[in-house]
Amino acid sequence: MTREIAVVAFAQTDHLRTSEELSEVEMLMPVLHEVRAQTGLKTADIGFTCSGSSDYLAGRAFSFTLALDGVGAWPPISESHVEMDGAWALYEAWTKLLTGDADTALVYSYGKSSPGPLRDVLTRQLDPYYVAPLWPDSVALAALQAQALIDAGDTDEPALASVAARSRADAAANCHAQLRGSVPQGEYLVRPLRTGDCPPVGDGAAAVILAAGDRARELCSRPAWIRGIDHRIEAHGLGVRDLTDSPSTRLAAEQAGAFERPVDTAELHAPFTSQETILRKALRLDDTVCVNPSGGALAANPVMAAGLIRIGEAAARIHRGESDRALAHATSGPCLQQNLVAVLEGDPR
Amino acid sequence: MPEVLKAPLVVEFPFTRSLGPVQSAFLTGLRERVVLGVRTTDDRVLVPPVEYDPVTADEIRDLVEVAPTGTVTTWAWNHAPRRGQPLSTPFAWALVRLDGADTALLHALDAPGPDAVHTGMRVRIRWAGERTGAITDIACFEPYDGRHQHEPTPHTGEFADLATGIVAPARLDYTYSPGRAQSAYIAALSGRRTVGERCPSCRKVYVPPRGACPTCGVATAEQVEVGPGGTVTTFCIVNIKAKNLDIEVPYVYGHIALDGADLALHGRIGGIPYDQVRMGLRVEPVWTEGARYPDHYRPTGEPDADYDTYKELL
Repeated sequence: MTREIAVVAFAQTDHLRTSEELSEVEMLMPVLHEVRAQTGLKTADIGFTCSGSSDYLAGRAFSFTLALDGVGAWPPISESHVEMDGAWALYEAWTKLLTGDADTALVYSYGKSSPGPLRDVLTRQLDPYYVAPLWPDSVALAALQAQALIDAGDTDEPALASVAARSRADAAANCHAQLRGSVPQGEYLVRPLRTGDCPPVGDGAAAVILAAGDRARELCSRPAWIRGIDHRIEAHGLGVRDLTDSPSTRLAAEQAGAFERPVDTAELHAPFTSQETILRKALRLDDTVCVNPSGGALAANPVMAAGLIRIGEAAARIHRGESDRALAHATSGPCLQQNLVAVLEGDPR
Repeated sequence: MPEVLKAPLVVEFPFTRSLGPVQSAFLTGLRERVVLGVRTTDDRVLVPPVEYDPVTADEIRDLVEVAPTGTVTTWAWNHAPRRGQPLSTPFAWALVRLDGADTALLHALDAPGPDAVHTGMRVRIRWAGERTGAITDIACFEPYDGRHQHEPTPHTGEFADLATGIVAPARLDYTYSPGRAQSAYIAALSGRRTVGERCPSCRKVYVPPRGACPTCGVATAEQVEVGPGGTVTTFCIVNIKAKNLDIEVPYVYGHIALDGADLALHGRIGGIPYDQVRMGLRVEPVWTEGARYPDHYRPTGEPDADYDTYKELL
C-alpha cells in the first residue's frame, strides 16, 4: 500500500548577498531549530535525515559533514546527502518514508555562493571534455537559451522584463527574499539577458520536515500531502536539446499527476526570466494559476536550496490555507537540464 | 561582533581525464583540422560526437567527417569575457550546427559586435595555431560567406598518435571567511591564548570551536580559555617528509587535550626524542616569533597524567 506523505514544516533563512560573518553550519542551524520547533520534534524523534549542498560553492571540502554538526548526530542517526539541490534530498527522503523504514524525515540544504565566483564555479558541472574547458558561465548558457526562445517567437525582451518586475514585486511580501520591490532591469549581462533577468547571487538555507500518514496529522494542522513527485533529466549536450522546450519537466509533471486536475499555485524554480516562459509552457500553466507568489528564484536564489524552497513555499501556502493544490518545481544543471515536479494538496477545508 | 576575518583561497587542479574511443578520435581530429561526428542508429549525425546515443543509449561508433563550416542556431553576446574563456575580447557564445551535422557545438564566435551576429548566420572554424587534441584546438568561429552543401563522409577515426587523454586545468578563486566561532578562536590565538566554546546542553568545551555542538546540535557561545598545558592522548611517528615542510623526520604528531578542553586538537610534539613520546605525556605550546599558532608542543616536565583523566578524550 502506498503511504501518504506530507510536508509538515518549512523554514528558511533570510537570503543575503553575503553571510561572511557566519560559517555554513552557523547559517544553517537556525532553520533546523525552527522546523523542529514547528513540529515539536527532537533530533532523536526524526527517522531519516537527508541534505543537499555542494562544496564547490564556498570552496570548502566536506562542508556537508561540518553542517551535520548542526543536526546533533549523536547517537548516530540515519543520514544521507546529495550533491544536488535539496529538492532531490527531499525526493530521497520521500522514497525512504515510502519504504516504511521511517515515519519522519528532516530535509535541509544550504548554499553559500558569496565566497566564490558563482558564474565560473557552475562551469565545473559541465561536460569536462567538450564544454568545461571553454568556461561558459551560467549566465552565458541561460542567454543562449533566451535567444533561442526569442528567435522562436515565444518571448521578447519586454515580456522577460515583465516576468522580472512581477517576481520582485511579489517578493515585497516575502521578508526572506534578497531582491524585493522595484528593481531596475539594468544593462545586458550577457545579451539578451539583462541583470534584471538574472537571479541575485547570495547565501541561504532551508529545511523541511516530512511525515507519513497519521504522524503528519499529529504534527501539522493541515499537512501538505505529496500526491506525486518525479524527476527527469535530458541529454547533457546543449546542442542536442531543443532549448526552447522542457520535455523533462513535462514528463515529470505527468508522472507526478500534475495534469490530472488544475493547480491553483505554482512555485517554479526559474532562475532566469526566460526559463519561466519555458516552464509555463511545459506545465500548461495559464493566467488562472498564481505563479511564484514568493517571488521565486529571481528574488532569492541560494544555490542548492532554491529548489527545496519552492517545495517549502508551496507547502507553506497549503499549511496556511492559501492553496488547496499546488505544484512545486526544482531544476538543476544548465538551461533546465534536470527537473523535478511535486504536486501538493491540503485536505478539504 | 568581532571583525570578520577573510583570506584568499585558491582551489586549483589539473584534471587529467582519459578519453573513450569516439572522444579520442574527435579530439585527435581537431588536432589534425578534421571534424568528426558520430552517426546514430536512426541516422542522425552528432557533433560533437558522444560514445552513447543520448536518446536510445545505443553504443555508437560509426564516425563521419563533417565540414568546418556551419550555421549559428543560437547566440549570446558576451561583452565582458571571463578568465579561461576562448577569447579575451568581446565575443558571441554560439551554438553552431556544422554542415553535415544534425546537432550543434558550443564555442565562441569572433565578431565585431552584437549587430554583426544573428541566428542563421554562416560561420567557419578558426583553428588554433598550436593544437594538442582538445576542444580548444578550435580557437573560435568566425563569420564566413560561403554556402555549400556537405554530405558527411565515412571516416575510420584512425590517426597517427591518437590523443588518449586531456589535461584540463581548473582554478577557482574564493574569499574564505571562517565564521563567528572560528574567527573568535583565531583572534584569541593572535594573543597566544586558546579559547574554546562550551555547549550549553552537554557542557563540553570544544577546541577549536566550530559554532555548533556536534552531539547536541545547538549553537555554542560561552567562551572558555583552555590550556596552555595539556596531555598527549595519542600520537603517531611520521617517517615520510611532507612536501614544503621543513621538519626532519621522524617526528611525532599527537592528539593533545588542553587542560579544560573536552576535545583533543592535534599538533607536533618536539623537545623530546621521538621514541620517548607516550600517552599521558604533559606538554605545553611553544610559540615562535610572529607565529599565528603554536609551532609545536614540548614536555613540561610534570609527571605523566593518569589514564583515567583523559580516557574519555581518546
